[in-house]
Amino acid sequence: MTMIERNLESSNLDNRTDKDILVEVKNLKKYFPIKGGILKRTIGQVKAVDGVSFSIIKGETLGVVGESGSGKSTLGRVILRLLDPTEGNVVFDDVDISYLSQRKIRPQRKDMQIVFQDPFASLNSKMSVGQLVEEPLIVQGLLSKKDRVKQVSEIITKVGLRKGDLQKYPHEFSGGQRQRISIARALVVNPKFVICDEPVSALDVSIQAQVLNLMKDLQEELGLTYLFIAHDLSVVKHISDRVAVMYLGRFVELASKKALYNNALHPYTRALLSSIPVIDIDKEPAKKVEKIKLQGDLPSPANPPSGCTFRTRCPYAYDRCTSEVPELIELEENHFVACHLYTEK
Amino acid sequence: MVQPTPIDPMSVDPNEEVVIDRKHRSPLQLAIRRFLKNKLAIVGLIVFFIIICMAIFAPFLTDQDPEQHDLLSIEQSPTSEHILGTDGSGRDNFSRLLYGSRISLIVGFSAMVFTLVIGLITGAIAGYYGGIVDNIIMRLTDLVLALPFLVLALTIIALMEKITIGIFVTIIAITSWPTLTRIVRGTFLSLREQEFVLGARAIGASDTRIIFKHFIPNAIGPIIVNATLMMASMIIIESALSFIGFGIPQPTPTWGNMISEAQSIRILRYHPEAWIPPGLGILVTVLAINFIGDGLRDAFDPKSDGR
Repeated sequence: MTMIERNLESSNLDNRTDKDILVEVKNLKKYFPIKGGILKRTIGQVKAVDGVSFSIIKGETLGVVGESGSGKSTLGRVILRLLDPTEGNVVFDDVDISYLSQRKIRPQRKDMQIVFQDPFASLNSKMSVGQLVEEPLIVQGLLSKKDRVKQVSEIITKVGLRKGDLQKYPHEFSGGQRQRISIARALVVNPKFVICDEPVSALDVSIQAQVLNLMKDLQEELGLTYLFIAHDLSVVKHISDRVAVMYLGRFVELASKKALYNNALHPYTRALLSSIPVIDIDKEPAKKVEKIKLQGDLPSPANPPSGCTFRTRCPYAYDRCTSEVPELIELEENHFVACHLYTEK
Repeated sequence: MVQPTPIDPMSVDPNEEVVIDRKHRSPLQLAIRRFLKNKLAIVGLIVFFIIICMAIFAPFLTDQDPEQHDLLSIEQSPTSEHILGTDGSGRDNFSRLLYGSRISLIVGFSAMVFTLVIGLITGAIAGYYGGIVDNIIMRLTDLVLALPFLVLALTIIALMEKITIGIFVTIIAITSWPTLTRIVRGTFLSLREQEFVLGARAIGASDTRIIFKHFIPNAIGPIIVNATLMMASMIIIESALSFIGFGIPQPTPTWGNMISEAQSIRILRYHPEAWIPPGLGILVTVLAINFIGDGLRDAFDPKSDGR
């Protein structure tokens, strides 16, 4: 166990103080209008993120998992203000950035960075690796030309590439190497917070582990805080300290990694966990996890079900789930869940 | 395309600083290499270069003044003094042919640049900002495209007292920018959705930087191709207007007003040396430019983009 992890588990997670919080998200909502008709009037809304609240502690990795369409990428983009929130607030490093103008937010961007999913689409193919990695420094007006070059070659070796690669162009690299370039680009400005938007899902499984380990090592070395978005529970397990499960724009469960993987409370989380294929021939039959198979698809976020949005696929749904929206409540210490099953009146 | 020999990853020690003696080519350099391998485009380029040289060095290729008329020797057949004979006012056809290429090239080139500037600015604004701005610019292009070019051009020319090259170029440019605006806008719209643009925004890049460093380098291919092809069509427009007598007025020589001499049956039948060369001049120039344009299109085609 690394220093940072030990610190987190012993102190931060149990007795958090406001001082340790780097990012605080309060009741964040992002609705996309659906326009239709000749006059392009708003005829509906896609509730991509629908009231999410959480905080991220300095130095930790918060994993966010969910199916495609659950709003996890939108959440990341709203936090970074690449999209404007419809409602709610994002407080980053004690500054409420949720409604700042883009001009005012620009200097803040050196502290918060993002690594995108597709390493082929996220790098401008007309720029050399050196130019790509140097760009954030130029844009932020950091360092002199000489120091920039030094910083760039420092970071490029840190992510496992060679200095000679700086003259190359993105088309000369494989997906995994490109993702290393993306990481170098995000880290060159020494950010405090990095959102990783499914950074390994476009990569081969053998490369995934390499990139994940690199990100873990860099976090330790540079003291980074991650928001790690993924649709793969095993990837999130590898890197996260705490994990949030997202369903149709809401968090249904938020807990420490240990609590979530050993004692999942929400039926959706249980279903996700039981769907991870396990290869274990020695496993006692009695310990075998009960398989929960989910029926149907994710409902449309434009027209979500009433009450609990998961009720249409939940094997335990009852009448209260139709009428009442479950709140995310702290059931055990630092273990939040949004399900009526645990709040019987 | 020659594939570089792949290096066996097993034989390379990752910790060792391997110096591979291979130049790293940017996508632009790769496009130039593809262009230089296109034979037809190179032929076009050479021919176009020769025509430009002819225009530049016209005073050295002939000692006749293209505007000097000599009413005593009109519609002469070729002689050693007048290689291609003389026209209806006794001006030397050969020197008019050489000097005329200047007008065609200048008009074609400057109209193209002018159109490019308008098209690039309006297209970039429309494609980058979208929304209401986009709507206004697009309706404006619809309006200009709906106006019949010939009627508009003839009206403006008729209103002008004296047609200079500047006015002529402006008329062509203000009637043909919408095509380029739409191309630039379309390219920008598709680029806007790409993740690397979001990435540029995420590092805090300003709009100006995103447009100049990320959009334009990625949109330059289609823009150059269309600008080149546009230049060819502008040379034709210039000739056509000159032919019907609405172009650069006499005595300034242009290929268009040289051909308009052939409106008389007598010259058409008995003096082919007076109108075939300028006709061929237009044909060869336009063809050469189109070959160059097609070569550029193949070179910039993203499907052959070195990946």
